[in-house]
Amino acid sequence: MEAHSSEVFVIGLTVFFLACIIGYYVVWSVTPALHSPLMGVTNAISSVIIVGAILAAGPIGHDISKFFGIIGVVLASINIFGGFIVTYRMLSMFKKKPKKEKKD
Amino acid sequence: MSANMVAVLYLLSALLFIFALRGLSHPESSRLGNIFGIVGMVIAIITTLMFKSVLSYTEIGAAILIGGAIGTFIALRIEMTALPQLVAAFHSLVGIAAVFVAAAAFYDPASFGIGNFDSIGTSSLVEMSIGTFIGAITFSGSILAFGKLQGTVSGKPIVFKFQHTINALILLFIVALIVMFVINQSPTIFWSIVIVSIILGFLVVIPIGGADMPVVVSMLNSYSGWAACGIGFTLSNNLLIITGALVGASGAILSYIMSKGMNRSIISVVLGGFGGEQAASATSDNSDKIVKQGNAEDAAYIMKNADSVIIVPGYGMAVAQAQHALREMGEILKKEGINVRYAIHPVAGRMPGHMNVLLAEANVPYEEVLELDEINHDFPMTEVSFVIGANDVTNPAAKTDEASPIYGMPILDVEKSQTVLFIKRSMATGYSGVDNELFYRDNTTMLFGDAKKMCEDIVKSLA
Repeated sequence: MEAHSSEVFVIGLTVFFLACIIGYYVVWSVTPALHSPLMGVTNAISSVIIVGAILAAGPIGHDISKFFGIIGVVLASINIFGGFIVTYRMLSMFKKKPKKEKKD
Repeated sequence: MSANMVAVLYLLSALLFIFALRGLSHPESSRLGNIFGIVGMVIAIITTLMFKSVLSYTEIGAAILIGGAIGTFIALRIEMTALPQLVAAFHSLVGIAAVFVAAAAFYDPASFGIGNFDSIGTSSLVEMSIGTFIGAITFSGSILAFGKLQGTVSGKPIVFKFQHTINALILLFIVALIVMFVINQSPTIFWSIVIVSIILGFLVVIPIGGADMPVVVSMLNSYSGWAACGIGFTLSNNLLIITGALVGASGAILSYIMSKGMNRSIISVVLGGFGGEQAASATSDNSDKIVKQGNAEDAAYIMKNADSVIIVPGYGMAVAQAQHALREMGEILKKEGINVRYAIHPVAGRMPGHMNVLLAEANVPYEEVLELDEINHDFPMTEVSFVIGANDVTNPAAKTDEASPIYGMPILDVEKSQTVLFIKRSMATGYSGVDNELFYRDNTTMLFGDAKKMCEDIVKSLA
């Protein structure tokens, strides 16, 4: 089985360019005030490479590739949790403040 | 689970990621967007765990718990002023994780369905090595960026002879290594690519200094996306390709916006060395000019009697942690019936949107925080501009002095307001090394001192 034929590559390339175009329009629609949370969220979702790390860590056994996979899972998890939580913290500061008199 | 089912779930996850970014178009929809992102990630992980080949749940579960605990701990503890370095540190993790996944795919290609050790298809090898290369550069570049932002490494640009030639030669060397790797699939060469790319990552960030950091952080953000893309191509995984492309595009656009905010090409930022040498030359001719000095009481008096005040924060506000004291000052002025607004320059701070987050942290309503194009035409009708921790982004030389290194940079027209109050620790130049003629204008009053202390004193005088 040639799982990585040129056909697979071309499909990947198609997906890639379409995704770039979607990314282009979606990111330009982000308000500049939220550019920091944007970095937080993109950081979290780029850790979706955890998918590859899980596949590597999946098989029973103790080979080197599994070891790399486990490390990959740990590193990506730091990012996923860290990225989403720090974004959550940032965004909760942007909540609409009730228009009340501040007591000083 | 069938292959089609997996593909559909991955697609769902990718769509949720797109909605996560889309949500950020407005503060009110952004929190829902973040939840979409989390759900998308959970779907992606669970789907992958259902693969027949994935059996070692204990180890994977433990790995997620350990990583998750570390990530949660850091994210909950971090100060908002330290966000730029946190983001840089996170980028480095994405980079190194990409390297580990590529290494795993190299040593056990069967698990990923891309052949067997020693007989991996050529296209997989190319994609794998490109993913590794970008991942490793992201890793070391981000570590150095982290060091510079944290202050462990000097933030000054470090320039040396033949820098760009050396980088170009190293890049060529990496290309040669990749070609060799594709031919003989040797582990030694694989790790050589990793090591040489790590060295290149350091060298690329070394010449880039402090205030160019927003561009660097955005660029590394972009790289981390392209690294994920490279891994996606290696594993023929559309979810990784889509997500990587989204992140890559996002970082690239942010880099573009940031360099435009400084009127410089991305190339010139990447080549680096800005602001290092000019520092000495620019100050001389202003030494005999008169600077009007004021204190907190003067500032309080001037602002109290104004109708409108625009506050211009910069990186200095973050360093002094002055955002809370500043907000308190703004609140008091508003209670006096004064129109108080905040003007944010695109490159204020050390990462895109840095000032907005700090002001939000201090409970400044986001409606009062405006971008350069939204507020710049209001300065002529404004009585007081209050500049706190910003410098170069207010320098009129950017419009008038063609010889100035910052010529052409869009600036906030604070000099057009009736009075400019300028908080500064000393008369030192800004990051660009250019003297700010604004200091010597008749309508400028300099307030020398720590930004936070000054705001607190003004608050006391206002009360």
